[in-house]
Amino acid sequence: MINGFIHLSYWEVSILRTVGILAAVLLPAGTFVYLFLFKMVSFMQSRLGPMEAGPFGSMQLLAEVGKFLQKEDIVPERADKRLFKFAPYLVVGTVLLVYLAVPFGPDMIFADLPGGVFYILAVSSISSLGVLMAGWSSANKYALIGGLRAAGQLIAYELPMVLAVIGVVIQAGTMNLSGIVAAQASGSIFGLDFFGNPYLLTQFVAFAIFMISVQAELGQTPFDMPIAESELVTGYITEYSGLRFLLFFIGEFASAGAFAAVAATLFLGGWTVPAAWTDLNSNWFNLLGPLIMLTKMMVLAGLIFFVRFTFPRFREDQLQKLAWTVLIPISLVNILATTILKVAF
Amino acid sequence: MGGLLLAAAANADAGVYVAQNVAFGIIAALMVFSAFRVVTTDNVVHAAFYLVMVLAGAAAQFILLGAEFIAITQVLVYIGAIVVLFLFGIMLTKAPMSGEEKLSRDNWALGALTSVVLLALLGYVLVDGFGKDKLPADLLPTPTAAISDAIFGGYLIPFEVISLLLLAALIGAIVIARRD
Repeated sequence: MINGFIHLSYWEVSILRTVGILAAVLLPAGTFVYLFLFKMVSFMQSRLGPMEAGPFGSMQLLAEVGKFLQKEDIVPERADKRLFKFAPYLVVGTVLLVYLAVPFGPDMIFADLPGGVFYILAVSSISSLGVLMAGWSSANKYALIGGLRAAGQLIAYELPMVLAVIGVVIQAGTMNLSGIVAAQASGSIFGLDFFGNPYLLTQFVAFAIFMISVQAELGQTPFDMPIAESELVTGYITEYSGLRFLLFFIGEFASAGAFAAVAATLFLGGWTVPAAWTDLNSNWFNLLGPLIMLTKMMVLAGLIFFVRFTFPRFREDQLQKLAWTVLIPISLVNILATTILKVAF
Repeated sequence: MGGLLLAAAANADAGVYVAQNVAFGIIAALMVFSAFRVVTTDNVVHAAFYLVMVLAGAAAQFILLGAEFIAITQVLVYIGAIVVLFLFGIMLTKAPMSGEEKLSRDNWALGALTSVVLLALLGYVLVDGFGKDKLPADLLPTPTAAISDAIFGGYLIPFEVISLLLLAALIGAIVIARRD
């Protein structure tokens, strides 16, 4: 299966890939929590953050998981029990589905779908269903308002995100994520191919719109009205406790990782380095690819969390206005410009 | 998921897809059950979630047919947008926690009759038209490029007409919603 290097049957490869996806979801999510939520924000606020569990508090996350697992899993009496219990699994499952199509190396991919980008945008839109489910089934007015805000926000920011990605798809000439990675690695800007053509440079408008939309889709701080704690307690997760609260928490950080991985693939060249430096088909990239990818994901997630800890919250109407009157027109102009330049060059 | 099924398809000999047929049966049974619950449940929010199961089942059937692009479109448009809009509307207006006594209208029998007639009609047309057809032995996902070539080649005029129709509907919605 892996370029004649090792021979495994299909089911063995499938098990390996499943384990790989779980690692790809949980490890970056945990790293984000420790590095950004614990340490970066502590540094920005001139404090140390967790220091007791393990060296420099690095085992704090395990302690937190242990704490949440011990807590009672409370279901409100008037809640819709089945939907209330199912909603967190839907949210986490959606994130796992996004990772399915993201390549971490030439063969390090679960399903190399021809319409990979399209697939990712489709499954990431399911998470709004889980959020609405959680908000409604809690039988709590704060939760309901939080769920509605979240869904409205997800609908509004999905459009600029899709439109921003279209620019990349036009330039790469394919919707397949491996194809987009290869197009960036072997591309050139005005005949210079030393850096390849990471679309960060040629599609910087799309990159900016994509990252703003990601911030809103994740509900990170300038766009965190769904869980605005000063108005709504914690929005749609108000009634959750114990394991199910933990699942929402994992879902938040794992989807930050998923969108960082997608943005790294679309705009930073994905699992590879420019083709002028190395041979793209080398087997080494199955080993190095995940590491390169993880580095790029860390940079982008650092950007997401830096914005989260720096900016104050928007108002609900400002958020909707930004999406519909600023981001969507700009992304449409970007598509037009990309198309014209694609034909011209 | 799709890859696993396709690998099973490659192993299947003589053009009979055992795994696909079993999967089709299971998904179809789930879809029929969910579709039945959409109209019989007394809670309108539950009805919307059962509708999600029907639509997701349809997407899964498209994957079984190798129509990956259509399956993804089904998820993006119907589950990600239309049902979310339904739920949004329900929750914004009343969002009942408990079921309602009179969710079904009095003329539900007429509706049932209409859907049975429709089922018979569609079933007859499909069996009459494609009854003898079999899926090709080497079933592979339709490339996206082939779909776009078809839409912007042979079907260009219907595509543009539908676009204009949707634009008209959009403008109509704005005109109705606008207060001035």
